[in-house]
Amino acid sequence: MDLARPLPQPITPEARPYWEGARDGKLMIPKCRACQKPFMYPRVLCPHCGSRDVGWVQASGRGKLFSFEIAHQILNKAFKVKTPVVLAMVELDEGPRILTNLVNVAPDPKAIRCDMPVEVVFEKLTDEITLPMFQPAGSGGAR
Amino acid sequence: MSTLARMKELSNSVCIVGADESDEIGTLPNKSQLTLHVEAVSNAVRDAGLKMSDVDGVFTAGQHSPATIAEALGVIPRYVDGTTVGGCSFIIMVGHAMVALHHGLCDVAVVSHGESGRSGVGVSPRRDTALPGQYEMPYGFGGAPTYFGLITTRHMHEHGTTLEQWAQVAVSTRAWAGLNPKAKNREPITVDDVLKSRPVVWPFNVLNICLVTDAGGAVVLTRADRAKDLAKKPVYVRGAGEGAEHVMVTQMRNLTFSEATRLSGDKAFTMAGVTPKDVDHVMLYDAFTSGPPIMLESLGFCKPGEGVGFFAPGRSTPGGTLPINTNGGGLSYTHTGMYGIFPIIESVRQLRGECGPRQVPNVKLSLVNGMGGMLSAAGTLVLSNQT
Repeated sequence: MDLARPLPQPITPEARPYWEGARDGKLMIPKCRACQKPFMYPRVLCPHCGSRDVGWVQASGRGKLFSFEIAHQILNKAFKVKTPVVLAMVELDEGPRILTNLVNVAPDPKAIRCDMPVEVVFEKLTDEITLPMFQPAGSGGAR
Repeated sequence: MSTLARMKELSNSVCIVGADESDEIGTLPNKSQLTLHVEAVSNAVRDAGLKMSDVDGVFTAGQHSPATIAEALGVIPRYVDGTTVGGCSFIIMVGHAMVALHHGLCDVAVVSHGESGRSGVGVSPRRDTALPGQYEMPYGFGGAPTYFGLITTRHMHEHGTTLEQWAQVAVSTRAWAGLNPKAKNREPITVDDVLKSRPVVWPFNVLNICLVTDAGGAVVLTRADRAKDLAKKPVYVRGAGEGAEHVMVTQMRNLTFSEATRLSGDKAFTMAGVTPKDVDHVMLYDAFTSGPPIMLESLGFCKPGEGVGFFAPGRSTPGGTLPINTNGGGLSYTHTGMYGIFPIIESVRQLRGECGPRQVPNVKLSLVNGMGGMLSAAGTLVLSNQT
C-alpha cells in the first residue's frame, strides 16, 4: 500500500484507546478521575496532579487554532502530501493541545489566524489507523 | 545553611581555564564524531597549559557516553556526567562540573562536544521515538523548524512581532560573523535578503534558520586556586543555572515564554549576585532568529514581546551597546546540532580579550544562555574575568 503519510508508530499500549477511538470517528482523550482534568498525550499518570487514576472521555472535537506554520518542504521522505501543508497546534475546548494539520483551508498566512475556531475531521489511512485532523469550524462535510 | 547560602558558596569557586574548537569546523566528511571530540579536548587542554593526564572529570552529551570519550582520550576519570537534554547540555554541565570540582570529586574537568551534524560520519541515531512517532510525524512534523515555527507564529500573534524584526536578528549576527575568520557565512546580509530567501516553513525562510555543520568544542575547568597558575587568564563561573520544562511543544505551559530559561537564569543571576542590567556581553543559542529575543524575554532582560528591540542596529551589532552572539552564532558561524559548547567558548575568548577585530571593549561580565530542544531545557552561565 502506498500511503501519503507515515503511519503513527509504534502504537504504545497506553495510547490504544486514542487510536481505537479515532478509528471509530471519536476523539478520545485521557482524563484524570482524581482532579477531573483532561490531558494529552496519553500516559498512565496525570501530569496535573500525579494521580494514577486515569480514565478516558470523548472530546467534543472543537477547539481553536493555537498556532500554525506553512511547510514548503518536509524532511521526512515518508510524508508525501503535496506541499505547502499547514502544520498546526490546536487547543481543544477541553484544554489539551495537540499537533495536527489544518485542512480545507488555503495554505496562506493571510487566510489563517491564531485562535480561529476549528473542528475535527478524520482521515482514514488504513483499516486500523485513522488520523484526527482539523478544519475551520463550519467548513461542513467530512473529507 | 540556607539554599541561597549553599548556592552562593559555589559562585567564583571554579574557573574555565581552557577552551577551543576542533582543528577545523565546517564541512568535514573526513572526520568522525569521536575525532571531533578528541581534537577539541586535546586543543582545550593545551590551551589551559595542562596535560591530558591531569583530566579526571569527563562531561559530555549526545551520542557518546562520557566513558567512550574518556577511553578515547586515554584517561580514567573519577567523575563522569552524560546529562543529555539537548544542545544546552554543555552549558548545564559547566554547572555540574562546578559542583563536582568544588566538592573535590574531581580536580580537572573537561566538557566535550563533537558532532558530525552535516556529514554524519560515525552517527547512528537510536532513541525512543514513540511520542513523536504517534502524535507528530504523521502530520509532517520532524526537524526543529517545524516545532519552533509554532512558537514563533504564536509570538507574532500575541505580541505583534514581525518577520522584519526576526530578520534583523540574522542581520546583526551576520555582521559579527564577518569579523570571525572561523565563521562559515561571512558576507553581510540585509533584512530584505532574509525576507526574500528560500521559504522553508513559514514564518521561517532559510536565513532564519541555523547552519548544519561538523565541529567539536570543549572547555576545561578547575578550582579557582589552581586556575591562577595556568596558561591563560582564568574565567570565573560566577553563576550557573539550569531548568527543564518539557520536550514536546504541546506540553509548554506558555508557548511564547520559556519557563526552563527563566528558571536557569534566576538561579544563575542569584548565585552570581547580579542582574541582567549588569551584563555587558551576551551569548544566546540561536537555532532560529526568534530564539534569542524570546530567551531575553524569558531571562528577564525585558518584558515579553520586547526582545527583538535588543537586535536593532547600535544595540546587539558590532560597536553596539549590548553585543550579542559575537562569534556569528549558530546562524552564521557554526551549528552542529547541539550548539551549546560554542557560545561558552566565545564568552571565554571575549573575557580573555582574544577576539581581535570582534573584541568587545572592556568586557567584564558575560552571559551565556542556551536551550535544549524547543526552549525545552535551558542552561545559563554568568562568567567573569574578575571575582
